Amino acid sequence: MGTLLMALLLVTACADTNQKVNTTEDAATIAIKGTMQAELTAPPFVPAPVGDRPAKKLLVNMEVLEEVGTMTDGVEYVYWTFGGSVPGSFIRTRVGDEVEFTLSNHPDNKLPHNIDLHSVTGPGGGATSSFVAPGHEKTFSFKTLNPGLYVYHCATAPVGMHIANGMYGLILVEPEGGLPKVDKEYYIMQGDFYTKGEYGEPGLQSFDMQKAVDEDADYVVFNGKVGALTGDNAITANVGETVRLYVGNGGPNLTSSFHVIGEIFDNVHVEGGSMINKDVQTTSIPAGGAAIVDFKVDVPGTFILVDHAIFRAFNKGALGMLKVSGEDNKQLYSGVKQEGIYNPEGGTIQSMPNGDDEPVIATNKTLAEKIAAGKQIYTNTCFACHQANGEGIANAFPPLANADYLNADVNRAIDIVLNGKTGEITVNGKKYNSVMTKQTLTNDEVADVLTYIYNSWGNNKTNVSVNQVAQVKSGH
Amino acid sequence: MTLLRLTFCIALCWTTQAWCQSSMESIKGGTYIPLYGRDSLQVTISDFDMDVYPVTNQDYLQFVKEHPKWQRSKVIKLFADKNYLSQWVSDTILGTSQSLNAAVTNISWFAAKDYCDCQGKRLPTVDEWEYVAMSNDKMPDARPLETYNEYILSWYEKPKTFNNEIGSTFKNYWGIYDLHGLVWEWTLDFNSVLVSGESRKDVDNDSNLFCGSAAIGATDLMNYAAFMRYAIRGSVKARYTMKNLGFRCVRNKNEITNENL
Repeated sequence: MGTLLMALLLVTACADTNQKVNTTEDAATIAIKGTMQAELTAPPFVPAPVGDRPAKKLLVNMEVLEEVGTMTDGVEYVYWTFGGSVPGSFIRTRVGDEVEFTLSNHPDNKLPHNIDLHSVTGPGGGATSSFVAPGHEKTFSFKTLNPGLYVYHCATAPVGMHIANGMYGLILVEPEGGLPKVDKEYYIMQGDFYTKGEYGEPGLQSFDMQKAVDEDADYVVFNGKVGALTGDNAITANVGETVRLYVGNGGPNLTSSFHVIGEIFDNVHVEGGSMINKDVQTTSIPAGGAAIVDFKVDVPGTFILVDHAIFRAFNKGALGMLKVSGEDNKQLYSGVKQEGIYNPEGGTIQSMPNGDDEPVIATNKTLAEKIAAGKQIYTNTCFACHQANGEGIANAFPPLANADYLNADVNRAIDIVLNGKTGEITVNGKKYNSVMTKQTLTNDEVADVLTYIYNSWGNNKTNVSVNQVAQVKSGH
Repeated sequence: MTLLRLTFCIALCWTTQAWCQSSMESIKGGTYIPLYGRDSLQVTISDFDMDVYPVTNQDYLQFVKEHPKWQRSKVIKLFADKNYLSQWVSDTILGTSQSLNAAVTNISWFAAKDYCDCQGKRLPTVDEWEYVAMSNDKMPDARPLETYNEYILSWYEKPKTFNNEIGSTFKNYWGIYDLHGLVWEWTLDFNSVLVSGESRKDVDNDSNLFCGSAAIGATDLMNYAAFMRYAIRGSVKARYTMKNLGFRCVRNKNEITNENL
């Protein structure tokens, strides 16, 4: 009996193994019906789904272009590209397709190139067969055996430099019957760039080999440049729609912690393969890897796409936007319900013990000394909102430079510094409705900082005395 | 057959050699380790002369007038692909945007080799070319200098330098111009470089021209610049022509001696 059971188990194990082998063999034996030209798209767009058509001979023509592009405002870079974009054109196939791939190297190019597609089963992923000199073209073919989202890249020496200059993209192999239908699909690929100048240094920047070796990236970006997916370039969707992102990482060095601020991925094809994880906040995408994520957008607003290694997002460019339009759903997200001043000391009344003594100490500082002291206080306390030259920030923090509201009433200004201010005010013809917290400054410091402000940026040169501050404080 | 053609060519050239002798500089031979190499792979170079400049459009125009078989419409397809002199308007007229004093490009290896033969010269070997090209304006071997390597790498990134005039880059230690910064140049034995096109595979090739251990440890700038040249050499065939690929000639020292006799 025991033997029989053992035998049975063995048979079952065998059957499992056979099953697996059969799947790959099945893909290899899928017959192709007819020939078609592949639709190629530049990011952030993807071609129409192909999973429900029969397997075909699919002709893919891709051109390699070396050309100057914009990394960020004022900064240019010589990109090496597949199809004129970084990342390169999106290729969409289905399992069983026989892809006939022609790689053309533009005659103006300086260097030979090739392509290694991670979806290829074969030596070098096609690199050996596609190695092509400028002004020439090479053709090779392969059959897509495994469904998934795959990276392709150039593998010509020096490989790191070719990838660092933008030579990567994605090829999707859809399973039989395709992926579940969604409303919007987009193509996003992260890459790190290494330039001679630091981030933002203007001019045509050359590739910096040493930084690349040190993995010290100046730029970490989506779709080849800073701002490729922000502002007018943001990807869009409507409330209630399902969005699928094909996300790749070209590297050459850094792993992406891909995250969409304010969304949770309903489904993630982990590493671009067949395993699906659900309800994911941040998915890891290795250099030379990919992931397919989808989620339903339930509320309107701007959702920020980031590499959650967060300095890359805010200091190196790895930031994109998904703009969702439609009706608010207050039940899912309320927005701001109430806003007020948080004052942990609780008080409308200040309980400074030495309030009466201060005026007595009063001031033998010269105007210049007060301004110098005030400038330091300003830099530590006021600068973040009102900015270095008192220009403020449009629509958020009112200006102090040449400000009518400030110059009109010194006591009001003292009161605001001492006690904070909330609600609408009009400064130089513009309305501001914001919050300034009360500042924990001594009377002396308030006098100095206000004197500095009044004696800067075209204001009326009032010399605010400590006594005046004390009066406002006691009068309150 | 080739020998016959060569003999014929040399005979034909003899009379017209005076005009086409571009200036040359003497290169003192020596021993060095090529960029791909390690200590055991030292290369010894004999003394030779090298053209100061790449062969120009003007030089080559004269050449095809003297040798019509190298004119675009007459060239044997086996010896040059369809882009041969593709920017020219006709067999003997340059393209409107082409400068007489720019390096001639879209030239096949066969054409370059025959041109040099006709001058009583030859193409440089890879080792000779690299030997002269490793100098900057002051040092015979400037490869360890970061600035030297940066200069070369920055050219690789600069598009469309093929129409710049000869002499527009720097004069190197040997008095030679434009080895870096204008165009790639054909070498006699370019195809002995075993770059398969799958650069990562090449690290297994224990060949004397593309050394695995050097490749696998290649993290410095110097090797990166070299790899790009070896990659371009590995990607071409003798009939190929490219917009960024020209040539210059060299001559053995002993041959001069013979001529002088």
